[in-house]
Amino acid sequence: MSEHTIRGRVAVVGVGETTYYRRGESPDPEFVLVLKAVLNACEDAGIDSRTIDGFCSYSNDRNMPARLANALGLPELRYSVMQWGSGGGGAAAAIGNAAAAVTAGYADCVVAYRGLAQGQYGRFGSGARTNAVSGPPAFTVPYGVMSPAQIYAMRTTRLYHDHDISPDTLKAVAMAAYHHAQRNPRAVMQGRPLDAETYDQARWITEPFRLYDCCLENDGAAAVIVMSADRARDVTDLPVYPLSIQQGGPHRSGATVHNEPDYVTSSFKTTAPRLYAQAGVGPGDVDVVQSYENFTGAVVMSLIEHGLCTYESANEVLTFDNLIAPDGGLPLNTSGGNLAECYMHGLGLQIEAIRQIRGTSTNQVPGASVALANAGPMVEVASTALYGTEEALG
Amino acid sequence: MTTEPYLAPGLAAPRPARDGLDEPYWTGTREHRLRVQRCRDCDTYQWGPEWMCHNCQSFAIGWVEVDGRGRIYSWQRPHHPVHPALSDQGPYIVVLVELPEAGDIRMVGNLLGDPLQEVRIGAEVEAVFEDHDDDEPPYTLVQWQLVSPPA
Ligand SMILES: [Zn+2]
Repeated sequence: MSEHTIRGRVAVVGVGETTYYRRGESPDPEFVLVLKAVLNACEDAGIDSRTIDGFCSYSNDRNMPARLANALGLPELRYSVMQWGSGGGGAAAAIGNAAAAVTAGYADCVVAYRGLAQGQYGRFGSGARTNAVSGPPAFTVPYGVMSPAQIYAMRTTRLYHDHDISPDTLKAVAMAAYHHAQRNPRAVMQGRPLDAETYDQARWITEPFRLYDCCLENDGAAAVIVMSADRARDVTDLPVYPLSIQQGGPHRSGATVHNEPDYVTSSFKTTAPRLYAQAGVGPGDVDVVQSYENFTGAVVMSLIEHGLCTYESANEVLTFDNLIAPDGGLPLNTSGGNLAECYMHGLGLQIEAIRQIRGTSTNQVPGASVALANAGPMVEVASTALYGTEEALG
Repeated sequence: MTTEPYLAPGLAAPRPARDGLDEPYWTGTREHRLRVQRCRDCDTYQWGPEWMCHNCQSFAIGWVEVDGRGRIYSWQRPHHPVHPALSDQGPYIVVLVELPEAGDIRMVGNLLGDPLQEVRIGAEVEAVFEDHDDDEPPYTLVQWQLVSPPA
């Protein structure tokens, strides 16, 4: 095992979430949501919130560490890091950056967090816009390519074409998420099950994506606390060990106007091998998977690129029965994920992976010891994580 | 060749970037010429525009006119109007077109014709210019039409 690793040196000691609200329905300002999520994570960890000395976030989160540290009255802020990149590509990376800080000794107790109150700031959907665009959007927006669904749909069209992937795989991903959400009291879609007929008859957002292929927009906040493995054992009975967390993009993933040389990719072809190598496990060791759904087509690509199935086997492996906990062979998005629990820019999926390792998921996979959680497929910089039990450290 | 506007008016209008990076493209389309980047040192084509050649790191990026023949690399058909200007638009087709004569660089545009037509990856298309002369400043988009329309 390489010396240069977070593996065995850090642990997640606490996770916290606010209530997850439908878009625009949070009674609290976004900053208050973040504070509540951080305090919930501290309570979960059993630590005084004044122990925190670092913050990491991503996707240009508006709630800056200095303001959080001031509001909380922290003795000192030692680490304050923003992960570059758009969308939710940084959800795993933010935890990775927290783990790196603790491993390097830059800080001792670092929170990775994300707050979203869409109603206060708006993000996508319909709304007034400026009447001119320049730079790369000038080559797409005038053609009616504006929303994330429109930006990423053509990768899935080409996935179908190049690899004979069936649209039924996308349906299975959506139905598994909704199935799991029915048992999860945090899920905004609890009480709203999705059957095949409803999926099939839902309106197109943009072909090849129907309504249920697309993530939600929500209000809420989430937080994950990372400390050294030694200190973690003192504060919690349920430490969860990040085995490896990787971030990045393949060759010229930042090319504009859809000119990434490898177009049909979730951006994990280079990070997934590094993930497994540093974790010391392989795809066959993964007990449960949280795979970020901005769109269901990306989940199919992500699972393939993480070696959990192949282009050839995807149509057989990615079926509803096989994707649901506890009995499926590849339990997927066991909280309901971005489709049916909450779109917290993927931090909820990281927390669900941590819960599976603790054994406290509402759709628990019995005996889960290795959980995978990726973030932000298809964006220019994506990230991916493996979490394990103490036993998984070997 | 030219076409009337494909989409309803009211979407954001394109403007050349303030740093001048893509100005040769936008002045070219006004003249109904399709220009793309090509490295003057290693002849690599490049799109979207950038200040450096991704192949040899030369800053000597030139612009060359291409004849606007391409083939459909991928496509989508948006139905949900994400902009108020499109609320009465109905479905429309977006194509990603690769240009074999220019190193397979790709461009985004709309496929002219029936918005409900079947779209075939690999179909040959050609560039068509869509003038917006009444905008201030005026601009011209590049659209795509099938070389051999379906029978
Ligand atoms: Zn060059």
